[in-house]
Amino acid sequence: MTSNPSDSADIVVIGSGFGGSIPAYRLAAGGAKVVVLERGPWLTGQDFDHDLKFGSASTRIFEFTMGDGMNVLGGNCVGGGSVVYFAAMPRAPRFTFDRQGLLGRPLWPGSVDRAALDPWYDLVAEALPITRNDWDDVTFSGGLFAAACAHAGRTANPVPAAIDRDSCTNCNWMMSGCRFDAKRSLLLNYIPAAVSHGAQVRPLHEVQYIARSDDGGYRVHYNTVDPIDYRVVTGSGTIDCRVVVVAAGAAATPVILQRSQDELGPMPEAVGRYFSGNGERLNTAIVDENKARAVLGLDRGDGVAYEGYQIGKGPVCASWDRLDANLPEFSRHSLEQLYFPPGFGTILAQVPDATGPTWFGAEKKEILRRWRSWLTIFIMSEDGNEGVFGPPPPTGNAERISQQMLSRGALRYRPSPETRAGWARADADIRDILERDGLARVMPWTDEVIGAYTVHPLASCRIGDDPATSALDDRHELRGHPGIFVTDGSAVPAGLTVNPAFTIAALAERAVPGIVKSALDRGVRVRYEAAPPASATSSSRPAIPVGA
Amino acid sequence: MLDIAIDLDAAQVMTLEAYADTIIPGERRGPQDRAVAGAAEGGGAVASGAVDLMVSVEGGLAGLLETLVDGLNDHAIGYAARTGHHLDDGVPPFVALSFADRTALTAELTAPGHAEQDLWVSLAMFSVMAWDTGAADHTTNALAAGHPGLTQMGFGRPNPDGLWRFPEFSYRRVLAPLHPHTTPSGDPA
Repeated sequence: MTSNPSDSADIVVIGSGFGGSIPAYRLAAGGAKVVVLERGPWLTGQDFDHDLKFGSASTRIFEFTMGDGMNVLGGNCVGGGSVVYFAAMPRAPRFTFDRQGLLGRPLWPGSVDRAALDPWYDLVAEALPITRNDWDDVTFSGGLFAAACAHAGRTANPVPAAIDRDSCTNCNWMMSGCRFDAKRSLLLNYIPAAVSHGAQVRPLHEVQYIARSDDGGYRVHYNTVDPIDYRVVTGSGTIDCRVVVVAAGAAATPVILQRSQDELGPMPEAVGRYFSGNGERLNTAIVDENKARAVLGLDRGDGVAYEGYQIGKGPVCASWDRLDANLPEFSRHSLEQLYFPPGFGTILAQVPDATGPTWFGAEKKEILRRWRSWLTIFIMSEDGNEGVFGPPPPTGNAERISQQMLSRGALRYRPSPETRAGWARADADIRDILERDGLARVMPWTDEVIGAYTVHPLASCRIGDDPATSALDDRHELRGHPGIFVTDGSAVPAGLTVNPAFTIAALAERAVPGIVKSALDRGVRVRYEAAPPASATSSSRPAIPVGA
Repeated sequence: MLDIAIDLDAAQVMTLEAYADTIIPGERRGPQDRAVAGAAEGGGAVASGAVDLMVSVEGGLAGLLETLVDGLNDHAIGYAARTGHHLDDGVPPFVALSFADRTALTAELTAPGHAEQDLWVSLAMFSVMAWDTGAADHTTNALAAGHPGLTQMGFGRPNPDGLWRFPEFSYRRVLAPLHPHTTPSGDPA
């Protein structure tokens, strides 16, 4: 166990996902001394093995945090969610910025709507980059879903994605990182650009709490963790700084702030409240191959109609028919065809017409034997921000069970009747599309085994105009704690009805000018850097610039 | 393979195997096999390495296993008493239950509201993962060795370099009308 003397930076960024890496780049490029503390390891393309073994990249960079009624899946590595995500990047529909939730009053700050955010979306789209997909990019599973939508008299859209189509092999291993550097994660743009401007990225540094420094700034306390067994603390240290950007993810940011209360004083009431799982829920369809051919006219060219579940690049096709501003809140949702690898992607799937248990046993094994004909449909709907964090665990955001990947946190979630009704409507919508003319049998994943789950945790420390229900002002500054900003998914006020990574990134871009101003007010020599980050073709670790 | 964190005795292993076999059942390994009930064709969670995952250093469950084995057998004794079943003394109580009774008891233990639901769900997760990920071994090795779960699922084969690539992946044609309000960038309006 080692303990380092406190070192210093102008700005400490906690977390290296979209919320952390974007400010880290812009602030470092603007002249500030930036240190990024990331609790996970720093892996790059060659490390992202195609392997499901415990201890491979799939468990090193991924985190499954179990809670009471809500389970959060996310990244745990340099690059955060961008390394493990499926890179589906739609902009949030206009109506979502007018949501009022269960409180019946505006959730978003008046200064933020789609039009205000579009220029910031544009910056991110250029930097990653994000491209519009066409039908030649749509995989068998996305194509099957689209054809079923059309058969049901519905529309379907290829989803914009941060994937380089020329280097993508459609291996569908992207939850373990991208071996081919085809997925445009932050390892290929903002992070190397930040490093080239002198930012230090320190992996395996897990921030525990923030305190005040002797000179009126902040002192960030961290532990270092073992590179294989994340349960083992190998040391601790502190960094003094003028400004802190907290971007540890919606399942960790509020925990760090809760633990900081003893040192910093009371936190806003909304820290660790109003968590949203983005209204997420999954259904699994088991496709009748003969019907896929006869009803939809599908053929892969080799005599097989579908059997394409394993092939592809995550979600590529979506149904946006229920993203309708004229529908009442809690009844709008998008449906996205999705691949989920074995393990997490199978355990909660239920047997249609089961005579015994629905999620385990002999009948479950029979549907698993038809895995190639599975089609998973992802619901993103309007939940009611029902999640609340309990007291923080001794370290980190959760108590680790396994060496890697599996932990138990203090998040409690009980879906409201409105959320449940929205899920039921979306389930019915999927059945209407996929059970028509016997194409498939569909069942939602059970919520009786571990409760709800999300790959897009949001809103646990959100922006807003109402101090009673938002922890941050509309510039992402933590109320009552000037110089602390939150720029990750926890700042998003509510579920978006679409994949949120693009919106999180756009909000982080939008927050940077305010962080620059705060840093200037605190004596940091920094300017706003508007140029996009340089784009890399390899995620290999960037060289540290001389003199940094 | 994974590092082993705990040595269990034969009765303890049988009990865990019987639980894993209840989650993803398989064919018996031989005529004397009691832990595996033989309720399904092809190898199940046991033949797929469920106990290897449970006892592994990496998995983190090892420290709980002796307690879980005792718990399973205590619950089996209670189940047999209230349902009027006689338990064969020659094997651990959970193993002595029929497949149908193991299934009924497991459904109770993993149901919402059961005080120990978390524990039994965790043990079930390891059983499922053994069958459909083969997580005790490298995936390429598991497939080459004919891993029962990955093979029965039809998990595709890698290229010779151990990486997966699917050059044929798309029907390559328009399959649905676009939403009328799609923006030029391909986004929802």
